[in-house]
Amino acid sequence: MAPKTIFEKIWEKHVVVEEENKPALIYIDLHLVHEVTSPQAFEGLRLNNRKVRRPDLTFATMDHNVPTVDRFNIQDLISKKQIDTLKKNCEEFGIPLFDLESPEQGIVHVIGPELGLTQPGKTIVCGDSHTSTHGAFGTLAFGIGTSEVEHVLATQTLWQAKPKTLNVEINGKLSPYVTAKDVILYIIREHGVGFGTGYVVEYTGDVIRSMSMEERMTICNMSIEGGAKAGLISPDEVTFEYLKGRKFAPKGDDFDKAVEEWKKLATDEGAVYDKTIKIDASKIEPQVTWGTNPSMGISVNDAVPHPDDFETETERRAARRALEYMGLEPGTPIQDVEIQHVFIGSCTNSRLSDLRSAAEIVKGRKVAKSVKAVVVPGSQQVKAQAEKEGLDKVFKEAGFEWRDSGCSACLGMNPDIIPEGERCASTSNRNFEGRQGKGARTHLVSPAMAAAAAVTGKFTDIRKLKNEEVVS
Amino acid sequence: MEPITVYTGKAAPLDRVNVDTDQIIPKQFLKRIERTGFGEFLFYDWRYKAPGKLNEEFELNQPENRDATILIAGENFGCGSSREHAPWALLDYGFRVIIAPSFADIFYNNCMKNGILPVRLASQEVKQLMEKAADADYELTVNLHEQTVKDLQGFSASFDIDPHWKEMLLNGWDEIAVTLRYEEEIAAYENQNPR
Repeated sequence: MAPKTIFEKIWEKHVVVEEENKPALIYIDLHLVHEVTSPQAFEGLRLNNRKVRRPDLTFATMDHNVPTVDRFNIQDLISKKQIDTLKKNCEEFGIPLFDLESPEQGIVHVIGPELGLTQPGKTIVCGDSHTSTHGAFGTLAFGIGTSEVEHVLATQTLWQAKPKTLNVEINGKLSPYVTAKDVILYIIREHGVGFGTGYVVEYTGDVIRSMSMEERMTICNMSIEGGAKAGLISPDEVTFEYLKGRKFAPKGDDFDKAVEEWKKLATDEGAVYDKTIKIDASKIEPQVTWGTNPSMGISVNDAVPHPDDFETETERRAARRALEYMGLEPGTPIQDVEIQHVFIGSCTNSRLSDLRSAAEIVKGRKVAKSVKAVVVPGSQQVKAQAEKEGLDKVFKEAGFEWRDSGCSACLGMNPDIIPEGERCASTSNRNFEGRQGKGARTHLVSPAMAAAAAVTGKFTDIRKLKNEEVVS
Repeated sequence: MEPITVYTGKAAPLDRVNVDTDQIIPKQFLKRIERTGFGEFLFYDWRYKAPGKLNEEFELNQPENRDATILIAGENFGCGSSREHAPWALLDYGFRVIIAPSFADIFYNNCMKNGILPVRLASQEVKQLMEKAADADYELTVNLHEQTVKDLQGFSASFDIDPHWKEMLLNGWDEIAVTLRYEEEIAAYENQNPR
């Protein structure tokens, strides 16, 4: 039998209908739902007198609108209505909901894996572009629009044209304190925000193999920032170990049987991809974005580029616009740029290991006077575990605010908004204009780099800070 | 969804690359639980200087572009967030066709589910259209049957579209109703692959 990629194996197992000159009808194993992109889908079901085909394969939570302080007291009435609407819809259609009272509530892409709902070989969709996160477990996971949410609710399937495959092979040795976030920011910076359009990206190579599940999730999470349909990683012992004992993972003998099946999913030796990109990990330094899309990034020891550095007039114009919006002068070393806000959170970087890596920097230091710094754990479970380890104390003693879980300042649909003209070192995934608030200036970094920026008040090479003696 | 077959309308250029859905419809307007009423918030932060105060410099606010129904856009249009509120806003504002060298995947799908025709043309062709539409009233005819884009001065280009989506758009079909015709196949699949 011809060797296959993991994507081909998952695809073939999920084709329900295949006809000539048509996309395939694909079965969906897990549908995650949140409050922002679902109300119109449920309304559509009601208008057409349709029901949810598989409420048992559907799980909902609320995350985008949730306040991270005083979460039950939602001041914004429209936000509150959206949250109440999800609750009502879940009750009406019999969908399990992790609501604000639940100790298992959190960002949808944090709780899926944490609860063991995300398992190798599954097709997973959610009305949210960062659904690619779940690909870290060897799933085919992608974001969909609200019409497709309604379609999955009604039929548990989707019409999909078969995407092409792209192998992003990352080999070599990562320098100390260069994280998964730096790796994915570097890949997008080198290959652009459209490199993955039309492709399912599989991340391979030594660097991926040596990463934890949480690091792999950070990589897959940002696949969409490169335009990819999905990002995934073949499962291995690290994956199985992570899933063992989780709430919705198989138990006992069933788990062992599942692992045997999951092992067969990994891409076969000699499988052919439509395209391959090779990344030399040793070249990657801690990254900071300077512009208004995730490909506009530089290494921490570089300066803000000049628009004339770019090849085409279109790029030069985009760079000029970005610099104007960001309030940056070309040629400024990024380490001279002062920040007013630090946000550690989002579905990219709000898991326990992210908080640990930030806390390690923060410990024994103080947040700079000019900086407002916030930590928003990705789920209530992450929060509880972090508190058990005393991370909350480390952050609070340094002057950080310690919040409840939610999407928070990643997208400003809740009270956590960065004011106009102010600058934020953010562990989130998008530095688009207005993303964190109208006129807010977002710089994407890793949790460790965000922590370093918090204590120094500007972007700082984490490696320099690590070598300093902590004076306290 | 309203069918789209042969459509003639005024075209407006938005000569920017990587326009993300956060720009098309900013996050503060995603809280509505209806599909309608998003048009007034389209490109909000670019269109308005302050609430109610138009930014005269923004492309779509220029007099010759104000009632355009065909948008000519740059590459990777609609990238970022999966929010279907973006095509809802474009449709509600009046756009029925968007022409660009490339689209982000999710946005492209979302358009077709709402009766907006996304047309991919070669970069050179889009550039030509941008130039023709700049500073002038400019009309285009998009023919989905023939898969062509034409103007009155002799411009003509053809585009590709998946035959399945073409049929859906031409007829304005409800996709779920189409899928439910495969109810037996779905049930058979579920029997063979219990979950």
